[in-house]
Amino acid sequence: MTKMATREAYGKALVEFGKDPNIVVLDADLSKSTFTMLFQKEYPERHFNMGIAEANMMSVAAGMSTCGKTVFASTFAIFAAERALEQVRNSICYPNLNVKVCATHAGISVGEDGASHQCVEDLAIMRAIPNMRVISPCDAASTRLAIRAAIETPGPFYVRLGRLSVEGVYGEYGDETEFTIGKANTIREGKDITIIATGLMVQQSLGAAEILKEKGIDARVLDMHTIKPIDTDAVEKASKETGAIVTVEEHNILGGLGGAVAEAAAETTPCIMKRVGMRDTFGKSGKPEGLLKIYGLTAEDIAIEVEKTYARKMSLAK
Amino acid sequence: MDNSKEKKLKLFAANVRKLVIEAVYSAQSGHPGGSLSSADIFSYLYGDKLRVDPLNPEDPKRDRFVLSKGHCAPGLYAALSHRGFFDTCKIKEFRQCGSMLQGHPCRACVPGVDMSTGSLGQGISAAVGMAMMGKLDGASYRVYALMGDGELQEGQVWEAQMSAAHYKLDNLTAFIDFNGLQIDGKTDDVMSLGSIEAKTRAFGWHTIMIDGHDFSQIEAAVEEAEKTKGQPTMIVAKTHKGKGVSFMEDQAGWHGKAPNQEQYEMAMAELDAALAALEVEA
Ligand SMILES: Cc1ncc(C[n+]2csc(CCOP(=O)(O)OP(=O)(O)O)c2C)c(N)n1
Ligand SMILES: [Mg+2]
Repeated sequence: MTKMATREAYGKALVEFGKDPNIVVLDADLSKSTFTMLFQKEYPERHFNMGIAEANMMSVAAGMSTCGKTVFASTFAIFAAERALEQVRNSICYPNLNVKVCATHAGISVGEDGASHQCVEDLAIMRAIPNMRVISPCDAASTRLAIRAAIETPGPFYVRLGRLSVEGVYGEYGDETEFTIGKANTIREGKDITIIATGLMVQQSLGAAEILKEKGIDARVLDMHTIKPIDTDAVEKASKETGAIVTVEEHNILGGLGGAVAEAAAETTPCIMKRVGMRDTFGKSGKPEGLLKIYGLTAEDIAIEVEKTYARKMSLAK
Repeated sequence: MDNSKEKKLKLFAANVRKLVIEAVYSAQSGHPGGSLSSADIFSYLYGDKLRVDPLNPEDPKRDRFVLSKGHCAPGLYAALSHRGFFDTCKIKEFRQCGSMLQGHPCRACVPGVDMSTGSLGQGISAAVGMAMMGKLDGASYRVYALMGDGELQEGQVWEAQMSAAHYKLDNLTAFIDFNGLQIDGKTDDVMSLGSIEAKTRAFGWHTIMIDGHDFSQIEAAVEEAEKTKGQPTMIVAKTHKGKGVSFMEDQAGWHGKAPNQEQYEMAMAELDAALAALEVEA
């Protein structure tokens, strides 16, 4: 399967679904990096560069949507979710407007640019805003489906996209049964423990499950592509059926996927848990693959944490 | 402007001012100063200029108005209700639990409110977005926005101005309520604005300085904006904060304070007298 970054899949999806004349796309001097340039080439009259002014861009997007448009606003995650946070909150989410904030270069896999550009807080921040839906697709195919779902569902969305090319999980054109907002996909069955992952940690978690298989641990893997609304049913089922959950995200362990899953489990069926992610620290410069190693986010690292968590479950069962 | 139109607008404004005081007094909370300084601008727009229909507030062809200085919601609500978007008796419910009249404008709550605002600096950007879509769709509607002078201290306002000039939004007209005051005192003491006129001009806007309490000047400026091609227009309206209630005039202290009963009665007596004088003239 060909590798592709979710940001590129986003740009392609904009072109594919962008025939609709009500779709407009905004960017803040990063259209080559966010891939909205693909849409710009196809539909130049509906692509607007707003310059390096993210706060203005978000409120402009809000105003446009009041005129009946479906508005995509793109920049790097750090600037979308943090520089322009209050605009996203007050201009877009409070009036419940039809703006899709599609933020690329999330997480530490941004690589060489370093901590100033590695957003590891956006899931937590965006999830806390009423009316906002938060999607974090793992591969090109699910990104395409996520963009289609965002277009079909009125209201604000935050879609978290990556810079790094990633292996396909779902095949080049996954069918629509594989993506429902708020519904986790079970991509590997297992009975001993459940790994709940999001974004490019899904691929790493599948790798971890393979390593664990050799050690006799049968791990289930869920792709939690929707962080909000979180799939409480899937979490409860994982808790009941496997008795232990490990969450894996390329994000701070505070308030993101791990937080959302822990909340869902706590209010349904609590179980042994471990959150794998950035341990309340900023990232650094380096090759993405090297950084994933440094911060314990490779398949091997995940497998170690899952094994430890499984051991905790077994010792409690005694 | 002919006499009868001016009379009509003065009556509209006198009613708006009374409703502002009613709202803030009933709520014992809210912002009278800036609502009163903008009352004549609200009245010109809702009493005459805007092509809006209280029976069809969502009409896609309507002119838009964004109150970027959202704290002056009492002025906007007064104008909307006086224009017939909702019953004026609702004004007494301003800021109360269960009321549609939120402390700051909420577009999902109140018919005729085009954008939710309250966080200074954001409304002007939303107005830019509306004007851009008017251009894209080849629509004939015009977009109006109203900012405070203190609000100009927000960086986003300048981002918005840059983008409006870049996209040549000649369908966008913005007002600055240049009353010289903000919460902590004079704008020039809190954070000097320098020459607003020179700044907005340098940002690519056609800029007009007027007396914001003179309807002929407001109208002339708005009509000049309509004729201006290839750039947005900024109308810098010199005003008096608290205009119409003498003890509130030019006082920073009346920015966000409600009158007590005695002050309410004094304010209403003055506004009623002004209204009666206008009615006698008519
Ligand atoms: C972003 C933001 N910061 C602070 C405030 C609090 N605030 C409300 S009104 C105001 C002063 C506004 O002054 P000005 O724009 O001159 O308005 P006016 O004099 O017309 O009332 C401030 C600081 C706010 N609403 N939004
Ligand atoms: Mg002021």
